[in-house]
Amino acid sequence: MSLDDLYREVILDHYRSPRNKRHIDSGGIDVHRNNPLCGDDITVYVVVDATGVATDAAFEGQGCSISQASASMLTEQIRGKKVDEIEGIVLNFRKMMAGEEGPGEEELGDLVALKGVVKYPVRIKCAVLAWDALQEGISQYEKAH
Amino acid sequence: MFDPKVVRKDFPILERRVHGDKPLVWLDNASTTQKPRRVIDCLVDFYEHHNSNVHRGVYALAEEATELYEGARAKIAAFIGASGKREIVFTRSATESLNLVANAWGRANLKPGDKVVVTEMEHHSNLIPWQLVTQATGAQIVPWPITDDGFLDLEAMPRVLDGAKIVCVSQMSNVLGTINPIRQVADAAHAAGALVLVDGAQGVPHLITNVAEMEADFLAFSGHKMLGPTGSGGLWARAELLDAMPPFLGGGEMILEVWIDHATYNEIPYKFEAGTPNIAQSIGLGAAVDYLNDLGMEDVRAHEIEIVTYALDELRKIDGLKVFGPADPTKRGGVVSFWMEDLHPHDLATIVDTEGLAIRAGHHCAQPLMRVLGVPATSRASFYVYNTHDDVDALVAALGKARETFARGGGLPF
Ligand SMILES: Cc1ncc(COP(=O)(O)O)c(C=O)c1O
Repeated sequence: MSLDDLYREVILDHYRSPRNKRHIDSGGIDVHRNNPLCGDDITVYVVVDATGVATDAAFEGQGCSISQASASMLTEQIRGKKVDEIEGIVLNFRKMMAGEEGPGEEELGDLVALKGVVKYPVRIKCAVLAWDALQEGISQYEKAH
Repeated sequence: MFDPKVVRKDFPILERRVHGDKPLVWLDNASTTQKPRRVIDCLVDFYEHHNSNVHRGVYALAEEATELYEGARAKIAAFIGASGKREIVFTRSATESLNLVANAWGRANLKPGDKVVVTEMEHHSNLIPWQLVTQATGAQIVPWPITDDGFLDLEAMPRVLDGAKIVCVSQMSNVLGTINPIRQVADAAHAAGALVLVDGAQGVPHLITNVAEMEADFLAFSGHKMLGPTGSGGLWARAELLDAMPPFLGGGEMILEVWIDHATYNEIPYKFEAGTPNIAQSIGLGAAVDYLNDLGMEDVRAHEIEIVTYALDELRKIDGLKVFGPADPTKRGGVVSFWMEDLHPHDLATIVDTEGLAIRAGHHCAQPLMRVLGVPATSRASFYVYNTHDDVDALVAALGKARETFARGGGLPF
């Protein structure tokens, strides 16, 4: 088990300079999640236009490098995508976190760097926190549309 | 004075290696402690030779098991200076003991508008039971603030005690290490007409505890944090309080006579021990108490002051590391919580784990305290009788490694 597998430089980079870390008052997707075990918390915002495209995505929150980097990469990965494509990304990400190899990883971009987390089971919760929020947001969006 | 390097030899688990070849460095004693050979042997001996239910059978094993179980109760009573073993109720944990008081005493005695004082440094287990009971009774929770240096704010004492029915206070904080002035709190609380419930989960294992000198009314403690088995713990309370309280859990053993629609209850402490208790665990806790007595609680405390002094000195040398709680090692126990500027506690705990060190990261079941401290979480190293300066040095080295890991590929994030 090598620490470098967990703390890849891409992850540290997203942690140091998080992308899209800001508030969006869009009336769109806006879901808060926290991890009661470690106090990490994340709010994911997504603006969805009339054609079902995520025109903007951002997050706010605080926590460990894994939870923050995962949220930062999430926002980059879903911007400009349609909601059903985003659902596919969520699925692929969860598969990767479950340790399943397979196609779909190339769609994950930088997120592949989080693959090392699988070897640290207690940290998987950190990596999926933002994704839980996003998934909850998508199901709320779908109910409303 | 014992030598912790010799004490270590009594703890088989400390021989373990983790992550390949890294010697285990156990620094999560505030969460649970390791068990000496004597406690492990005691459990094995009980199950191999004496296993039986207690208080019921008329056969030889029942008598032996009952004698061992009641013997453990007497050891614990003596250990904390109780006036007799009827004042000791065996429970599964400090959490269960605190819930017992909140439910049995609280539901019978709290009325709408009554005040329950809870300090800002309480563990969730001395807070949530009171939230549940105040919600049910219409009583209210009054927070007792702490000072910037991690002590109970004694200036606020007259205000919070005014009209209070009970004061819930930990003997020693599991985050800050602060040792609270229980006698002073008890005297003031009694003068104000309030009872005092002490959460001794951290205090009893580490401090010389004497309930007569403390003058408190209830003391909850946990066996697994004082070298005993998990599933052991207890509650001490004044006999007259226990006598007056209704039962907590109902079932076998806690009754005298039962009809289909009502019952009379057993004498204390059995009134509060419904069903088959944690027999082996409680007997194992008795063995742990023997072990601690052999070390001597004065020396346990002296060793702790010594190692905390060293740990605080070494940690303070690290740039950007902030230690929470009292600066004076004589005013705190063996719990050291800290924050390292450029590293989230969760990342830090993962990295030091790869070096074989078990430390804790998180809110330590004290979320209201985290808010007061203004941090989402802390890292916590906590010491006990088998920890040595080498363990502190290993911690400092591992913190250095954590820094290095995070310095890769760029400057520090903040
Ligand atoms: C101050 C304090 N109170 C209560 C508890 C709960 O103890 P137990 O594990 O015996 O339920 C703990 C331990 O986590 C503690 O540190």
